Amino acid sequence: MPSFFACARPSRLWTALLLALPVAGTAADTAILNNVAVLAATCANCHGPDGRSPGAIPSLRGLPAEHLLRRMQAFKAGKAADATVMTRLMTAYDDAQIHDLAQWFSVDLNNKEVR
Amino acid sequence: MAYTRRTILGGALAGTSTLMLPSFLRAQAGAAEVVVVGGGFGGATAARYLRHYAPQVRVTLVEPAQRFYTCPFSNLYLAGLRTWDSIGHDYDGLRAAGVTVVHARADSVDTAARTVRLSSGQTLRWDRLVLSPGVDMRWGALDGYDEAASARAPHAWKAGEQTLLLRRQLEAMPDGGRFVMTIPENPFRCPPGPYERAAMVAHYFKRHKPRSKILLLDAKENFSKQGLFQQGWKALYGDMIEWVKQSDDGQVMRVDAAKLEVETAFGERHQADVLNVIPPQKAGVIAERAGVTNASGWAPVKAESFESSHVEGVYVLGDATIAAPMPKSGFAANTQGKVAAAAIAADLLGRPQPTASYANTCYSLIGPGYGISVAGVYRAEGGRLVEPEGTGGVSPMEGDAAFRDAEARYSAAWYAAISTDIWDR
Repeated sequence: MPSFFACARPSRLWTALLLALPVAGTAADTAILNNVAVLAATCANCHGPDGRSPGAIPSLRGLPAEHLLRRMQAFKAGKAADATVMTRLMTAYDDAQIHDLAQWFSVDLNNKEVR
Repeated sequence: MAYTRRTILGGALAGTSTLMLPSFLRAQAGAAEVVVVGGGFGGATAARYLRHYAPQVRVTLVEPAQRFYTCPFSNLYLAGLRTWDSIGHDYDGLRAAGVTVVHARADSVDTAARTVRLSSGQTLRWDRLVLSPGVDMRWGALDGYDEAASARAPHAWKAGEQTLLLRRQLEAMPDGGRFVMTIPENPFRCPPGPYERAAMVAHYFKRHKPRSKILLLDAKENFSKQGLFQQGWKALYGDMIEWVKQSDDGQVMRVDAAKLEVETAFGERHQADVLNVIPPQKAGVIAERAGVTNASGWAPVKAESFESSHVEGVYVLGDATIAAPMPKSGFAANTQGKVAAAAIAADLLGRPQPTASYANTCYSLIGPGYGISVAGVYRAEGGRLVEPEGTGGVSPMEGDAAFRDAEARYSAAWYAAISTDIWDR
């Protein structure tokens, strides 16, 4: 799968367009567009953009993958005593998806490489 | 008609979608144009996430309001638990994300020429169009209830002047008065909304007008989170709220807004001091004008992307769509907006289509510190939207006070998170 930058390289016009883009479109913010990105995007509704919560619902971003994995598995198994809605939501995700989500949110975006 | 430079560039390739050309030619013709109509939960999400997934795509959001007031939490405003200002959101955050925001109404769509004409007289060309127009009322579908009647008996089912009017009426009502709400058949915007509104009006009455009564006249036999609502109403408000189902003569057939009176199927008349008529609804009118609705008045869509089943290159989001088993909710529209944004971005960038994943969580507040919820996850299977068996569901009936309190707190946190996700960053 060619990355966005691989597509962009042949055209000087693309480069010019990129340089003209506002901050949100700069290279550091170039988004990953794949199945996990779309899966993880539904979490932002409660856990905040990119998993950084502005309210009482816990943030996910930058937590250890092992912790995230254990929590999601406990929700799915109905074994998280403090859970409310997550018990009902996690039953819909399989082990591979739970693993992918744990990996996704464990990445500290400040140190992330552009993929 | 105001032509932008981009419009003229696009027009230079008359008769051919620029997206049918190889990518290097496309680049020379200017970046792809996506126009999003409607700056609510679906449209504003799609605009923001399109810029996120494909920063080189030009995104124009068309929304009449400078400040968007959300239906979610507007019942809390009626209760006096939220300020009006706290449920309004402007578009500065979307502008900062590189979205061009045009405050105008989209009046017509030409799907052959791929243009949309605005109330300002401007015409925008698009390579992909996203319609997220919400609902419009079916004026006249309920005998006696038209737009003029809504000035006397508000629906307050679009947050705005109607909500403020209903609040003023509740404030002016004497203690011991009767609040009557009529509730339509499915499908309609926000299935638990009427029942949360009953609780929030009851909260206001309990504090300020404790001898008042609430009568709910319903065209249905049952409703979303019914057991939880009835349990919560009883716990917090005793017998203040009376719900009448369809088979108990709950269906209202005629409204007399001048007299604040409604008449049921069996001919019984109910007099109100404040009358709230939630009428039958349909997709926002621009969806019909774009040719994406069917005879039901709603828009059928492809489950994997929310592209219209009728018109290629046009995506429809949110309450306007036929998306059952997903409810018509802001949360659902937000996840639809993200999937559509990813699908459009992948399409325009020549990348594989990501697998769709949708979710919904609808919190309802019954009183301060007393919240309930329904949650679900949805995916596309064989061209249909499905909720996997044994997943999702409502809060447990046996939930204790701590559980209800946690869901009330999470409800407020949800609102903060989704508002930030869409508008306020």
